[in-house]
Amino acid sequence: MKLVLSGNEAAAYGAMLARAEVISAYPITPQTKIVEKIADLIADGRFKTEFIKVESEHSAMAACISASLVGARTFTATSSQGLLLMHEMLHWASGSRTPVVMVNINRAVAPPWSVWADQTDSIAQRDTGWIQYYCESCQEVVDTIMQAYRVCEDPRVLLPAMLSEDAFFLSHTSEIVDLPPQEELDAFLGTYEPDVRLDIDNPRSFGSLSMPHQWYPEFRYKIQEGMEHAVEAIERVDREYGSLFGRSYGGLLDLYRCEDADTVIVAAGSMCSTIRAAIEELRSEGVKVGMARIRVFRPFPTEAFRALAKDVRSLVVLDRSFSMGSEGAFFSEVKAALYPLSDRPDVRGFAVGIGGRDITIETIRSIITDSLRPDTGITAQKWVGLRRCEE
Amino acid sequence: MSGKELRCYEDLPPSPVTHDSSLVFKTGSWRTMRPVISKEKCKLCGFCWKFCPDVSIFEDSEGYPAVDYDYCKGCGICANECPFDAITMLEEDAI
Repeated sequence: MKLVLSGNEAAAYGAMLARAEVISAYPITPQTKIVEKIADLIADGRFKTEFIKVESEHSAMAACISASLVGARTFTATSSQGLLLMHEMLHWASGSRTPVVMVNINRAVAPPWSVWADQTDSIAQRDTGWIQYYCESCQEVVDTIMQAYRVCEDPRVLLPAMLSEDAFFLSHTSEIVDLPPQEELDAFLGTYEPDVRLDIDNPRSFGSLSMPHQWYPEFRYKIQEGMEHAVEAIERVDREYGSLFGRSYGGLLDLYRCEDADTVIVAAGSMCSTIRAAIEELRSEGVKVGMARIRVFRPFPTEAFRALAKDVRSLVVLDRSFSMGSEGAFFSEVKAALYPLSDRPDVRGFAVGIGGRDITIETIRSIITDSLRPDTGITAQKWVGLRRCEE
Repeated sequence: MSGKELRCYEDLPPSPVTHDSSLVFKTGSWRTMRPVISKEKCKLCGFCWKFCPDVSIFEDSEGYPAVDYDYCKGCGICANECPFDAITMLEEDAI
């Protein structure tokens, strides 16, 4: 069935098609429509789920963790300040090995107030033990929610996942979305049947203490093992989804026109569609450029970057976030992934689109022109388009 | 964690949900001060039961409040809240 859906509506349909049994979420701009649409679907009798109203995002995540611990498939959605308020509970979700799936609308962090696209909110959660997907289209939102439940509920993974979509560019932009048949999705997903669950007839403890000599490091290392298994699971599930429904997204790292590329742009989120258009223009002018879209940031696509790096001269990394006092996380992590290689491509970094500032084809072209200049000695990340006096 | 039946990393489940409930894990050994209730002074108001943050006050066979020393941490809130000074905190080492 094809519908015209915004990124927000796609998230609500995704939760319904995945048959999320418990949803707890708190509304926040620009995610509010997800909560509204879920409420509509419930009111229309189309979505049988338990929606738990709460007083904050912190409580929303606590409710999802609890529901997941008794064996329910759970869903939530948030954005920006709400995600930051959840931060403590994000650690609880991964540490408890609860496969909660969440949609996060990438919105800038205040102050000054900004409700526009910026990935700082989710990048700041990179050490919480959550799988992180970044979506480029409304269609990819629905498809990735399905894939995420399969990955997260894999007994060798058992981790939560957040899917990010850029504020407004995706959350409020409508496009045709193809919803696969429910019965085929049911067969693809199955039901969530954890080995260990909380059950009042068979009481267990949750949230107990581990002394330093007991099992704390071991439990933490198990999370890392789950992430390592997730690399394979994400690739496998994406391929399987593609064979069933005709759409797949390159697993962790989505490569576009990289076969003969000298220069490859690295980016994530909605700007990647603009980059595709810019690549077409540049290609027609004889510039051999491609794109490596970071579809999954955690686990980091280390091996995929190393494989890519063998054949390219330079990587141009675009961050829609910035780690103050350092540089954008994508820039840092791409360089870290390539460090063990003896023959590394040149890696240049640009901070772009901060706080929702528009990224146009011209923006991408100017970045490529800048990075193609030989021996500029650029190592620090450049902020693109700052409104300085001389400009 | 109880550590029961767990010898090494490979024995651990992924989830830190333990195999037993808190009925098995006694936590009263943390206590340094012990509340002792005087039945002569007690008026059965139930304040100690209401205020105990660890659900460690129960009703004994005569209907008086009593302390579950398996879980009481000795925080002293019951003694502080008792309107009739019926609860005395005694040092564990002195008992």
